[in-house]
Amino acid sequence: MLIRLRFGGTPRRPAAARPGTAFALSVDGERIEALPGHTIAAALWRAGIVSWRRTRGEARPRGVFCGIGVCFDCLVTVNGRPNQRACLVPARPGDAVDTRAGTGLGGDET
Amino acid sequence: MNGVTRPQSPDGVLRLAVIGAGPAGMEGAVRAADGAVAVTVIDAGPAAGGQFHRQPSPLLHALPPASQARLPSWSPSWLPSPALAPHRAGRGWAALKSRFDRHVAAGRVRHLADHHVWFAERAGGGFRVHALVGPAQQSSIRVDADALLLATGAYERVLPFPGWTLPGVVTAGGAQAMLKGSLVLPGREVVVAGTGPLLLPVAAGLAEAGAVVKALIESADMRALLRPAPALAAAANPGKLAEAAGYAARLAQYRIPVRSRHVVVAAHGGERVEAVTVAALDALGHVLPGSQQRISCDSLAIGHGLLPHLGLALTLGARVEDEPAPAVVVDGEQRTCVPALWAAGEASGVGGAALAQVEGEIAGRSVAAWSRGPRRAWQDEDHARSPAWTSAERRRGRRREFFAALDAVYARDVTWAERVDDDTTICRCEEVRAGAIRRVLRDDAASDPRTVKLLTRAGMGWCQGRMCAPAVAGLLAERSAARERGGAEGGGAPGPSALVSSRPFARPVPLGVLATLPPDEEEGTDEQP
Repeated sequence: MLIRLRFGGTPRRPAAARPGTAFALSVDGERIEALPGHTIAAALWRAGIVSWRRTRGEARPRGVFCGIGVCFDCLVTVNGRPNQRACLVPARPGDAVDTRAGTGLGGDET
Repeated sequence: MNGVTRPQSPDGVLRLAVIGAGPAGMEGAVRAADGAVAVTVIDAGPAAGGQFHRQPSPLLHALPPASQARLPSWSPSWLPSPALAPHRAGRGWAALKSRFDRHVAAGRVRHLADHHVWFAERAGGGFRVHALVGPAQQSSIRVDADALLLATGAYERVLPFPGWTLPGVVTAGGAQAMLKGSLVLPGREVVVAGTGPLLLPVAAGLAEAGAVVKALIESADMRALLRPAPALAAAANPGKLAEAAGYAARLAQYRIPVRSRHVVVAAHGGERVEAVTVAALDALGHVLPGSQQRISCDSLAIGHGLLPHLGLALTLGARVEDEPAPAVVVDGEQRTCVPALWAAGEASGVGGAALAQVEGEIAGRSVAAWSRGPRRAWQDEDHARSPAWTSAERRRGRRREFFAALDAVYARDVTWAERVDDDTTICRCEEVRAGAIRRVLRDDAASDPRTVKLLTRAGMGWCQGRMCAPAVAGLLAERSAARERGGAEGGGAPGPSALVSSRPFARPVPLGVLATLPPDEEEGTDEQP
């Protein structure tokens, strides 16, 4: 389900930033690195992942669309909580992101 | 407003709740607090500034590079961020932030960051605002206020086309927000497309960050921008036109091919976008046969202008108009038709950050005047005499005129529907295709967005119709035009606000939060320490 770009999603000239030390989180058990201050979506983009959800009707791939929390296309399960907007939720060390559970239907929490 | 007695909190200080901490909300909060109003600002962002002044996460320790994109002051106010730009807008932002921070430090403004308003209601002669807390959104708090300022901002309008749901297709503003907030790119080879002044800085910003911008596809005639119409020239000061011309230079510097009067007619790919097809438009806006061309890319940043967030205003009963553009209707002091309810910024008509800020100033001063006595208005107090009022009103007028003239350059895409085949997804959440919507319209089973929603589920999903409302309105207009051609009365198609109207909740709320609300609705304390 993870779609990787041929290139990473980090600006070629990130000289404008001096981010803190990268930390690890897992995506479907696979380790990726994120920078302090990243949202889950940013960490996924940085790892070259642009899709992390299947629609519940046609099983189409989806990822970030609006980028500001309005469209709900980037929903993902983080640490067992389904339907989190990846573009809003800050990434934290050790987070477990699960793209396999994300149907958009939601669990008992919604 | 007349005839309404000003409600009073026990200690005699008027309580104002401001929803949104962009340029309008911050300036409104500051001006009201200047006038001894107790202000609570509720905002979804992790820091004040809104979309326009979006800051890179402080944890990224971003430095202002000398070459950072210079944003024009007419940029849509939700355009992320001149925060890094060492120029006029940057200094204005620093001043606004410093005035805002001073009030916060002094306890005159309480800033609830990362609070997502899901409901606002009239209660006890004032308002009660309910907000989910933090990214987890597991709990809700309430804020009671005597007056309410809606400074809810805007989001991007995207008109659907085949392939627009593919991963890698993002809104232009979203791409910019991810870049500015987190310093990440959607891909390496980006096509920027759509229409509106937002596209220029987005293309320049992405190129500056190292993406190869394969093309900037603008459906309007950009010559009108670079050789401005008299109305635009008259409304603008020369500096603003120089900014626009500056963008032409920057696009050239990054060798970004600009195609004006072109549109993206389809995005292609299986698991993500791999290419787009663009086509030229003829004088009437129809695709020129044979002009299609394929451009390979790994991402597409697209936008067709901005739409204000109107949900809370509609819930509270404020009058909203769709023409000439969606907006909460306000009077000269930014008051809505609902007593004690003000609106400013994009909510009362999209017009850019500078306009939003002066509208916030007027609204904040108006609230302060009202707090000094029932039935008082700022204008009544010192309208004719006050240089402050005259100045604010003049600045607002100038900025409105300029944006209207600019907006006229980016004329509405009236031929959009003919480029949408029946297979095109319209509602992203519920996966409703154009054919399903056209069917209920053709059968005359539906003639308004609400019935379309009930029959097809378009607009019934997570985003509450925000993404598909313009497209549903466009298909209704298409049907209306067809009926007129057939001799029947077309009737004006209702605008997008009809799809988002009459929703009790402004955003999805976990059932757990509702279930745990005690009968007296004491979700949580909002008492000040």
